[in-house]
Amino acid sequence: METKTAELNLCGLALSDYKGKPSTLCPGCGHNSISAQVQNAVWELGLPPERYVKLSGIGCSSKSPNYFLDRSFGFNGLHGRMPTLASGACFADASIHIIGFSGDGDTASIGMGHFKHVIRRNVPMTYIIENNGCYGLTKGQFSATSDQGLVLKHQGVNMLPPLDMCMEALISGATFVARAYSGDTKQLKELIKAAISQRGIAIIDVISPCVTFNNQDEALQSYTWGRENEAPLHDFKHYNTREELEGEEFAPGTFREIKMDNGTYIVMKKLEKDYDPTDRNAALDLLTESYKNKYFATGLIYFSEAQETIQDLYNLPDEPMNRMASERLRPTKAMLDEINRSLY
Amino acid sequence: MFDLNKITYEGEGPIVNEFCISICTVNGSGSATANNILYQTLFHMGIPTAGKNIFPSNIKGLPTWFVIRASQKGYTGRLPYDDIVVAMNQVTFEKDMTYLPSGGVVFYADNLNLPENLNPNLTYYPMPIKELIKKTDVPRKLVTFMENMLYVGIVSQVLRIPLDDLHFTIYNHFSNNPKIAESNFNMVKLGYEYAAENIEKKDRFETKKLPPLEDYIITDGNNAGGLGALFGGAQYCSWYPITPATSLVEAMIGQVDRLRRDPVTGKTTCVILQVEDELAAVGAAVGAGWGGLRSLTATSGPGISLMTENIGLAYFAEIPLVVWDVQRVGPSTGLPTRTAQGDLSMLYSLGHGDTSHIILIPGTVTECFEFGWRSLDLADRYQTPIFVLSDLDLGMNQWVTKKFEYPNKPIDRGRVIWEKELEELEVWGRYMDIDGDGIPRRTVMGNQSPRAAYFTRGTGHDVYGNYNEDPRNWSDMLGRIGKKLQLAIPYLPGPIIRKAREDADIGIIGMGSTDDAIRETQDKLAEMGIHADYMRIRSLPSNTTEREFIASHSRCYVLELNRDGQLCDVLSSEVSEYSEKLISISDIGGMPMTAIWAIEEIVKRERKVGGSGN
Repeated sequence: METKTAELNLCGLALSDYKGKPSTLCPGCGHNSISAQVQNAVWELGLPPERYVKLSGIGCSSKSPNYFLDRSFGFNGLHGRMPTLASGACFADASIHIIGFSGDGDTASIGMGHFKHVIRRNVPMTYIIENNGCYGLTKGQFSATSDQGLVLKHQGVNMLPPLDMCMEALISGATFVARAYSGDTKQLKELIKAAISQRGIAIIDVISPCVTFNNQDEALQSYTWGRENEAPLHDFKHYNTREELEGEEFAPGTFREIKMDNGTYIVMKKLEKDYDPTDRNAALDLLTESYKNKYFATGLIYFSEAQETIQDLYNLPDEPMNRMASERLRPTKAMLDEINRSLY
Repeated sequence: MFDLNKITYEGEGPIVNEFCISICTVNGSGSATANNILYQTLFHMGIPTAGKNIFPSNIKGLPTWFVIRASQKGYTGRLPYDDIVVAMNQVTFEKDMTYLPSGGVVFYADNLNLPENLNPNLTYYPMPIKELIKKTDVPRKLVTFMENMLYVGIVSQVLRIPLDDLHFTIYNHFSNNPKIAESNFNMVKLGYEYAAENIEKKDRFETKKLPPLEDYIITDGNNAGGLGALFGGAQYCSWYPITPATSLVEAMIGQVDRLRRDPVTGKTTCVILQVEDELAAVGAAVGAGWGGLRSLTATSGPGISLMTENIGLAYFAEIPLVVWDVQRVGPSTGLPTRTAQGDLSMLYSLGHGDTSHIILIPGTVTECFEFGWRSLDLADRYQTPIFVLSDLDLGMNQWVTKKFEYPNKPIDRGRVIWEKELEELEVWGRYMDIDGDGIPRRTVMGNQSPRAAYFTRGTGHDVYGNYNEDPRNWSDMLGRIGKKLQLAIPYLPGPIIRKAREDADIGIIGMGSTDDAIRETQDKLAEMGIHADYMRIRSLPSNTTEREFIASHSRCYVLELNRDGQLCDVLSSEVSEYSEKLISISDIGGMPMTAIWAIEEIVKRERKVGGSGN
C-alpha cells in the first residue's frame, strides 16, 4: 500500500516537525495565523527547529510560542521583559536564532524601555509584536496602541493617542522594520523569513485582530478594517537561494532586490507607488502619513545593511559559550598568585 | 550611649601600634591616594589596620573622612572616637575635634581658622601645608593632590613611621610610573623633614615595626567578589550602576581582559553588559543562566526591590544565577553611602508566593572572593538564584585580609545534560526528580537532540514543563523545590565558631562585616569576666551546627546592623524550639558596628539577668 510521503525541507524535515501544542487562544484569534506562518517560514528556511529559541513575555501573544516549534527551546518569561531574556540568552549560543514574541501591552506599555534598549543593543533576533490594540488576557482594556476614540465594552472611550511601534523601532535604530497583517498570511510568512535572515534585530509589528474584545468593523486592528484597507507597499518575497530567484521573471525596473547577510534574497516588486525601504526619511514620512490618514501600509518599511550586533562588540570564541569546557573558564593559579602579590 | 569621657589612656609612655586616625578632608580633593599610602605603610610595617572611607552621597565639595584603625592586637573594627585627627577641612574642623578624648592629637593645616575655646587636653600640631607647597615647583593643577602628601609626611614622622617604609609603599603603589612615585615621595619627604626639624613630639602615639603580615593582602570586598566571580568561571554579568555595588562589577571589567582570555582561542570567555535598569540587569542574567551560562548581577537594596519579580521566576522555573546584594541603608533611597545589614529578611523570601532562597554571607574580604566563585557552583548545582549578601563596609572599605586562596575544587556545572546524556535517558522531563534529591536534569538551548527542548514558564507546569493547573501537581512541584533547597544546606558554608578561652554559658551570634567588632567584643568581655562563644553565620537556611550552638548556650545575643533584628528573627523561626534563648541586639545608623557599643549592650543585659556571664 502506498502512503503519501510528506514534503521535506532542506534538512529533511516535514512541516509537522515544526508544529507545537494545540492553541488555547480564542478560535479565530489573529495570533493563531501568525503562529502558523512562523511554523511555515521556519520550515521553508530549512534549518532544524533546534536552531531556534522562542522567547516571550506575558499576555495572549506571549502564550503563542507554545503553539509552534515544539522542538525549539521556549521561555515564556515576565510581562514586558522578553527583550532582557534575549540580551542574556543571545550569548549562550550565538548560532541559535532567537524569535521573540510580544504584544502591544507587553511591548508598547510595560516593556517599552526594554524594547528600545534591545534595539539599541542590536541583539540579533526576530522580534514579533502581535498587535491587537487591546489587552486580551485581562479581558479587553485599552493598550498603548489602541486608536484614539476607540470604544470598548467595559472601558468607554480611549482618550489617548496610540504609539506606532514601527516608528518607535525606527527611531531607536532598528535595521529591519516591517508591518504586517495577520490576515495577509502570504506576505507575513515572507516577512518572517526575511526577518530571520537579517543579522541584527528585525522588528515586525503584526496587526492581529482580537476577535473577542477589539474586532468591531471600525477598529483599526479588526479583520474588516484590515481586509478593506491593507495597502501593501510592494509585493514582497523571500528566496533561499539565487537559483530560486532566477526561476522567476521580473521586468527590468519593476523590482528591488536585496541580498541578506545569510546569503538569501528578498525581492520587492513595485506596486502603485515605488517605495524605497532603504530611505530612512521616506520611512518616517510613510509612518507619519499612515497615522494621519489611517493608511494601513504593510511590508518592509525600513531596511539597512547589517550593523554590528551586540555579539560583534565582544571578541567571543566561535563555539557556543554554553558548551565551553570548565577548564577554559578558570584563570590559572599563577594569575591568582600575581593578584595576591599586587594587592597592597 | 557612648561617653567620650570614659575613654582614658592608661599608664604613661608611648602607646604603640594602637590608635585610630581620622583624616578629615573635602571629597573630590584627591586625598584617597595619600590616605591609602599612609594606610598601606602601616600594613607594610606589619601592623593590622583597616581603612574606612566615610563619604557623603555627593561627588565633590562635601566633607569626607578616611578612618584608619591600627591595632597590634588585630582589632580593626570601627571605634566611636578618634585618637588622632588630621584636619584639612575648615567646615568640619571644630566638630572633628569633639571625637577626641583627653590625650588625643590634632594635626591641622595651619591655614584653617582655629576655633575658640580649644580643648586644653589635646595636643595640637599645626602643619604649614601652604607654606611648604610654595617652596616646591609642583604644577598648579597638582597642588591639592600634593598637599595631601605633605600631611602624610608630617603625620608619619610624628608617629615615627620610618621614611624607608613610606618610600617602599609609594614606589609600590605607583609601580607602573616611577616618575609619579618620585614626585609623591619627594612631597612626603618634604613634610617628613619639616616635622623632624620643627615639631616637638608631645603625644604618646607611636608605631613600631612588627614582623611582616606575610599571608595578608589589602583590598576591599567588592574587588574580591568581582575577582571571585571571574575565577569562578562567570560567563555573563549584566548590571546597572548603584552605590555601593558598582565597584564589584568594575573590578570584573578591570580584570576580565587579562584573566578571562580563552587559553585555546585567545578570545574572551566572559561578557559584562551594562543595561538600562535593574529589571533588565536581572532579566538578562536570567536569560543567560537559562541559556547555560554562569551568570550573575550585582546590586544593592533598591535594585533588589526592582529585581524581585524575576527572582521569583528564576526560583520557580529553576534557573541558576548569582545576585550580589551589597547592602546600603534602607528603606527607600535611604543612606546610599552608608552601611547596613537590613536586606536579610527581604532576600530570604524574596518574591510573591512561597519562595525561600539560599543566602551566602561573607564576613571577610577573603570570603567575598571565595563566595564569589562558590556561589556560581551552588547556583548551577541547585538551579536557583543564589544571593551573596555583602555590605558597603565590607564591599567598599579597605581591609587587611588573608590572601585569596585558589578554588579547591573544579567548577561545578550542575546537572546540565547534552545530546549524549539525553540519549542514555529513557524518560526525561525538565522538572523530573530522576535522582531523588529534588534536583532535576537540565537541558539548555543549542542542544540538538529533538528531545531536548522544553517550554520554560513561570506558570504552573508539570515535570515536562507543560502548563498545568492541577492542585496536586502544583503542591508537588513547589514541594520538590523546597526539598531541593533543604537538601542543599549541608553543602553551604557553615558557621565559624570562635570559642571563649573558658567554658562559656552565653553565645554571641553575628554575620557579615561586623566580625572584627564582635571578635573585639568577645575578647574584651572576657577581660571583664564575661565569657562568650561567638558564632558567625555564613549562610542561610540555618544548619544543625547553628542549632546545636544555640541549644548549648543559656542565651545567645544576636548582634546586627538593622532596626528589627532580622537575623534574630530568622533564627527564632528556624530554631524555634530554642527561640527564647535568642536575644536581639540591633541598631542602625549607617556606621559600622563598634565593640564599645556591643559590649555596653551585652553588659547591660547580663547585669539584668544577674549573670557574671558564666
